[in-house]
Amino acid sequence: MTGPQRDENPAGIHLPLDPLPGHSSRGRLERVLRRGEFAVTTELNPPDSADPEDVYNRAKIFDGWVDAINAVDASGANCHMSSVGICALLTRMGYAPIMQIACRDKNRIAIQGDVLGGAAMGVANMLCLTGDGVQAGDQPGAKPVFDLDSMSLLETVRIMRDNGKFLSGRKLTTPPQVFLGAAVNPFAPPFDFRPIHLGKKIAAGAQFVQTQYCFDVPMFRTFMQKARDLGHTEKVFILCGVGPLASAKTAKWIRSNVPGIHIPDAVIKRLEGAQDQKKEGKQLCTDIINEVKEIPGVSGIHVMAYRQEEYVAEIVDESGVLKGRQPWKREIRRDDQMVADRLDRILHDEITETQVDMVKTAH
Amino acid sequence: MSDENPAVTQATLVKKAAPKSDYKPADVSPQRRVQRSFAVRLWSIRHSRLLEWFYARFADTFLLLHPLWKGIGYGRVEAPVKFVEKRVKGFMFDCRMCGQCILSSTGMSCPMNCPKQLRNGPCGGVRANGNCEVEPNMPCVWVKAWEGSQNMVNSDRILTVQKPVDQSLRETSAWLRVTAQAAAAREAADAPKSGAAA
Repeated sequence: MTGPQRDENPAGIHLPLDPLPGHSSRGRLERVLRRGEFAVTTELNPPDSADPEDVYNRAKIFDGWVDAINAVDASGANCHMSSVGICALLTRMGYAPIMQIACRDKNRIAIQGDVLGGAAMGVANMLCLTGDGVQAGDQPGAKPVFDLDSMSLLETVRIMRDNGKFLSGRKLTTPPQVFLGAAVNPFAPPFDFRPIHLGKKIAAGAQFVQTQYCFDVPMFRTFMQKARDLGHTEKVFILCGVGPLASAKTAKWIRSNVPGIHIPDAVIKRLEGAQDQKKEGKQLCTDIINEVKEIPGVSGIHVMAYRQEEYVAEIVDESGVLKGRQPWKREIRRDDQMVADRLDRILHDEITETQVDMVKTAH
Repeated sequence: MSDENPAVTQATLVKKAAPKSDYKPADVSPQRRVQRSFAVRLWSIRHSRLLEWFYARFADTFLLLHPLWKGIGYGRVEAPVKFVEKRVKGFMFDCRMCGQCILSSTGMSCPMNCPKQLRNGPCGGVRANGNCEVEPNMPCVWVKAWEGSQNMVNSDRILTVQKPVDQSLRETSAWLRVTAQAAAAREAADAPKSGAAA
């Protein structure tokens, strides 16, 4: 492809985009959502390694299929590469990461520092989470911090961005320009409080929300109905969380072991009845996407395919949510491509170039 | 979680690798070990409307006594007031003495009892039966808060976005703080009026 892609800084893919009126960030995701396009986000499985290639390879399989990639912050309280680290690597390569911040591991001093650090690296989206309890993870003896909660974290970052101040009131010389996100779980009690709770998150600063895995579409529809009645869908972009289940066994295990994920019996029955459960799980995910994308107020999907990341492209393709649009794709720069081609020719074509020959061919 | 054997998590492996001992502590968390039953706490939430009414009268009385507190000195009355407050609220709500009480905004369900100490609403991990993710046999503090707040007159107070806890105010008296602040606000409201009269 020649020339810069849409939503790409011509001076360099790692640089922030031009500011637009009404936008709070200089990132790609906000542009896509505000243009009214159906957004697709996904989650990067954080490596247990110090090798940057691991991050690049895991991001590569999403190329051209997603608008933003969530960099998880020790999800499930399991230790992995930090979200700040992953974001640093992803922004370098021009990807649009969503930096997750969980309140479990850091107090307000560390969090505000990370917000500034992340924004300085070019992170345009931040997702404020409470975080799972430490008992769920691989280090249950850790001290749970929970100094802020997801709501006060949202408000803290909003104050930093809009008022240019720390929580203490001390001034920032350059405030972070970020698009603020939050998580909602419409599938856990108290059900009638959840839409109101979303309103509270909007008041605290949420501009987009990603939901927990949706396997129960009628329940999600009820939630969306209430959110629309309260006028929330005008103020916030809602991305519905979806994902493929690997098998009925996995589904049962998730249901009883992972807090907050609701899987109806019908889903498990459907998986059990299938010949190829993995394929059926993928099909089920596509079916759910096709249903939720029609619900008014849904602005996009968040595909969480833990350890099945290679399916994300297929799922997005088969559900047709992009409607022919191609999200930003990392491409080799033209000068790099030229060097690679030339090197290839020199190494494999067995030609000896002398200056005399070159002068001849030049004319 | 691996696809081949989804039942084994890192957490399970860690638990299995822990040294074996004859002494296995009961209950899942340190908090659960000091906590007796939840009966009184749940009673308070069921009677949140009554307690709301009572607290309004109680706060007024305390405010009336402001000259007395000031006369003796807030610093001097702190110890006895805190002693009573800690025991009364500890019994009724399992209070943790955060010193910035928001019971009236949380349906009389103390949010500091949440293992994540959330002050603005439930997390996403609430179990299908309405119990806590961390402590499986404790009803979620926020499920109860929502129920309690629905019984109250000021049921929309739960919508206020709460500031983060000021940890430096732990183990101080919320009653005295609220009274002193209310008295200061009343004086500030009176001051321009008396100025205009003079």
